[in-house]
Amino acid sequence: MEYVTPQSASEASQALLQEGAFALAGGTDLLVKLKTRFVSPSIVVDIKRVPKIMTIEQSAEGWWIGAATPCAEIVEHDSLSKDWSGIVEALSLIGSTQIQGRATLGGNLCNASPAADSVPALIAAGATCVISGQTKEREEAVENIVTAPGITTLSKGEFIIGFKLPKPKLRSGDAYLRLIPRSEMDIAVVGAGVSLSVTEDGKIEAVRVSLGAIAPTQVLLTGLEDIFVGKEPDDDAIQKLVAVAEKACKPIKDKRGTIEYRTKIAGVLAKRAFAIALKRANGY
Amino acid sequence: MSKTHVSTCINGDTHEFLCDTQNTLLDVLRHELDLTGSKEGCATGDCGACSVMLDDRLVCACLVLGVEADGKEIETIEGMSSGSELHPIQQKFIDLAALQCGICTPGVLVATKALLTKNKNPSEEEVRFWLAGNLCRCTGYDKIVRAVLEVAADMRNA
Repeated sequence: MEYVTPQSASEASQALLQEGAFALAGGTDLLVKLKTRFVSPSIVVDIKRVPKIMTIEQSAEGWWIGAATPCAEIVEHDSLSKDWSGIVEALSLIGSTQIQGRATLGGNLCNASPAADSVPALIAAGATCVISGQTKEREEAVENIVTAPGITTLSKGEFIIGFKLPKPKLRSGDAYLRLIPRSEMDIAVVGAGVSLSVTEDGKIEAVRVSLGAIAPTQVLLTGLEDIFVGKEPDDDAIQKLVAVAEKACKPIKDKRGTIEYRTKIAGVLAKRAFAIALKRANGY
Repeated sequence: MSKTHVSTCINGDTHEFLCDTQNTLLDVLRHELDLTGSKEGCATGDCGACSVMLDDRLVCACLVLGVEADGKEIETIEGMSSGSELHPIQQKFIDLAALQCGICTPGVLVATKALLTKNKNPSEEEVRFWLAGNLCRCTGYDKIVRAVLEVAADMRNA
């Protein structure tokens, strides 16, 4: 196995074009796959020295989070945590303290697990990712990356450099909730991310809800605009949200939950995460 | 197979070694450098027995490639005591019998030191969450948590 440390995005893309090349960021998934011989790379491309891939920056448009920034660093970032509490909450649930010292947003997305905690929160927030390729860079909404468990839309030679989060609107809030049978160190049975903003008179201005672990990929709920936008979120609207969430579920059945249980929980978590995001949007 | 030259700083000392690219930092510490304090439990990042500090960040050495350590600063359990004088955290674990078989102990100590560097006054809940990635199959955790809370108080008052 060869190991290379490209110093630029184009060098990294070149290296990743080689047969049997794997990108290494935090290594919390790749090294386990090496150990268990699930993969046998001929070359490991350590992308952590690519410029901007390990940085967190704020600008007038919003936030940049380098794809290889460790979760622990993101969680410790106070002003980012204030702007995007739900995303930071989601990250702080991934693995253990040790895992968070290495695990990255880029890895969590590209590992393409249906249960990845950061992904519903990123999708709800309307995050995009900047993808570096052999000839050009492109930007893509996070919900367009994963197509099936372990499969992404990235082509050979492409990798994610970083994520862009919009500047939060006035009176906005986001939240992420997940259900696990234990109190920590477990994989989501269901996860729900909500991001919303309200008008001055308490009506919903915009809302995005994404669910994890209830289908082969994370799901961005559709049809919520008609239910919520321009109205106060009353009980009837919340009931409709629960129905939309339940309808979006195509979960597997395994030891962590039956199809019926996961479907029910998806509605419950969507409702609760909505309530938290709404509180935050109203400044509580 | 060609080996990669790696230069790193471990517990304040410069170490140079040749490393097979597929070897983990834990493999290197234990088998190349004879620093066997970091233990291999699961080798997949679940148990925390190999916890070390990598550029001031708590990580599992089993999930870091040895070659990634080039130019990095590493602290292991071997760097915790000053000569024969134990670190207060180590002494407290002995005083309160916060260990039984001892396999998880180096990782727990390294993780505890990392916690108390960031948070001098953690709540019991914070201690339990922080140490959730350090599995202990003997103690039931209660003595470990008590030792961490007591030594945190001692260190605040020192």
